[in-house]
Amino acid sequence: MISDALRRAGFMGTRPRGRLARRENLEGWLFASPWILGFLIFTLGPMVASAALSFAQWDIVTPPKWIGFDNFERLGTDASALHALKVTTVYAVVSVPLQIVLGVILALLLNAKISGLRIYRTIYYLPAVLSGVAVALLWRWIFSKEFGLLNLGLSFLGIEGPGWLTDPDWALWALILMSLWGVGDSMVIYLAGLQGIPTELYEAAEVDGANIIRRFFNITLPLLTPVLFFQLIIGIIRSLQVFVQAFIMTDGGPADATLFYVLYLYRNAFLYFRMGYASLLAWVLFVYVLLLTLLVFRSARFWVYYESEARSR
Amino acid sequence: MVSQEQTISSQQTAAAVGRRRISLRRRLRESGLALMIHLILIPMAVLFLLPLAWMLSTSLKDASGVFAFPPQWIPDLIRWENYGLAMSVLPFGRFFMNTSIITFTAMFGQLLSCSLVAFAFARLRWSGRHVLFIIVLSTMMLPNQVTLIPTFLLFRQLGWLDTFLPMIVPAFFGGGPFLIFLMRQFFMTLPTELDDAARIDGCNTFGIYWRIILPLAKPVMIAAAIFSFESHWNDFFRPLIYLQSREKFTLSLGLHAFNSDYGRGTDWHLLMAASLVVMLPVILVFFIAQRYFIQGVVFSGVKG
Repeated sequence: MISDALRRAGFMGTRPRGRLARRENLEGWLFASPWILGFLIFTLGPMVASAALSFAQWDIVTPPKWIGFDNFERLGTDASALHALKVTTVYAVVSVPLQIVLGVILALLLNAKISGLRIYRTIYYLPAVLSGVAVALLWRWIFSKEFGLLNLGLSFLGIEGPGWLTDPDWALWALILMSLWGVGDSMVIYLAGLQGIPTELYEAAEVDGANIIRRFFNITLPLLTPVLFFQLIIGIIRSLQVFVQAFIMTDGGPADATLFYVLYLYRNAFLYFRMGYASLLAWVLFVYVLLLTLLVFRSARFWVYYESEARSR
Repeated sequence: MVSQEQTISSQQTAAAVGRRRISLRRRLRESGLALMIHLILIPMAVLFLLPLAWMLSTSLKDASGVFAFPPQWIPDLIRWENYGLAMSVLPFGRFFMNTSIITFTAMFGQLLSCSLVAFAFARLRWSGRHVLFIIVLSTMMLPNQVTLIPTFLLFRQLGWLDTFLPMIVPAFFGGGPFLIFLMRQFFMTLPTELDDAARIDGCNTFGIYWRIILPLAKPVMIAAAIFSFESHWNDFFRPLIYLQSREKFTLSLGLHAFNSDYGRGTDWHLLMAASLVVMLPVILVFFIAQRYFIQGVVFSGVKG
């Protein structure tokens, strides 16, 4: 079954035969060997080791000690781990859809035939290439309660802004707001998706008297769903691994409001030196990412539209 | 002859006038729409640029100007010396060198190893390539944290802590499945006849990779180089856990140290100056190679 499906998808060929073929076979493995070695040394090996470490206690200084399921028991009673998972989930659940909506809106606007498209595209995309500590520091300054750019702007509207990074009710929302600045990354992808939609479809719809809103919901959106699907998965994986913002801007605070999961994992490993427990935490994250990704994959048949499928139906 | 041409052209004119009458209304409607779009796009573009403008403005103020109200976008006294000052508080010149060494070595390693591997996946027929490529794709989804601790322990065992090696060596082993994927997709679009012709001319497999594929793949190689540059330049996590002594710090670690050493959040003008200097190379690269950058994103995003 599976091999059949793989073969149909072009994923499995017949084994090459003959002397030349054998030579090409060898060369294939040789050219791919940097990655194969890297995969064994830096991915598969560490994965096995990390699974084993989940059953051990290790502070690096003294030799590791096998403790069976003690780490699992600790996890069961670790309120901080659960809290971190919750905070990270809220961040992902709010910021990913917001980024998708904003990205699609920008892409739609930039898909129109207007002047200055290149300039707009550059402006919206620029923040997406900036990341890391410098960006985190910039936004910490923007979110400053009394002198930050955001609250200055709000004060012109007669609104007294909160202490974005010092108020537990606002800190997570501040980081979500900040994530929207990098929306250009996905915007470019939606733009390419939009440009791949054949214009005849719009012309035909226009002749049939479909207005702009109907054209969007009946043509643009369905044909864009494969791209949205892809971006949804990438967005989930990325947002569950947020670290620098929390580390530099809030240090997980105030009152653990931004205690992101990877920050908590980092603390366990490199602050409390619980290497075994941190390994277990990493596996929990992996399983969580996998579950969410599978969930999105399973949901795909209800909302992702593939033209080739529709045709064969 | 002449009269015939005239008839044709007068017919064309009549048709064109008719068309123009329809298209005039249409064009009016379209230009109204275009105007509306501009009216949305311009304020949003300003919002997107404002953080950077605010950063620049802050970096040129003195300590009291930073907290002045209402804020001055262009300070009365522009203090360029903030940049020199910020750079001298910590050895930023040295951090700059360290970051450059790591970034360019790792970038070289990534381009070399990823292109070799992508070549194998795109152009050579060997058993197991399909299964292995699926593994490449799945590692793209694997959170780094799963391999983090054992990898840290491995490098510690090798005595590589507080060296640049943990940031550099994996790059030579196909580190960066995303780049392998990106390059493979591009290599697949090149006609296979090229390989056959080169082989007939006596070219070996490495020759095909080096002399045929790589030169033709310049756009994707440039895109990959920029992605690699950006990710290594901005990397914070790995330097944070692998580097300890100050003289080995990267710019990211230097900024972090600057931030925590000098009272969290009082010297905003100096902090912003330092942050801008750190960002500058990425901004420059973006403007120089923007076309490839966007192409790279589009290529990877849609064909995925």
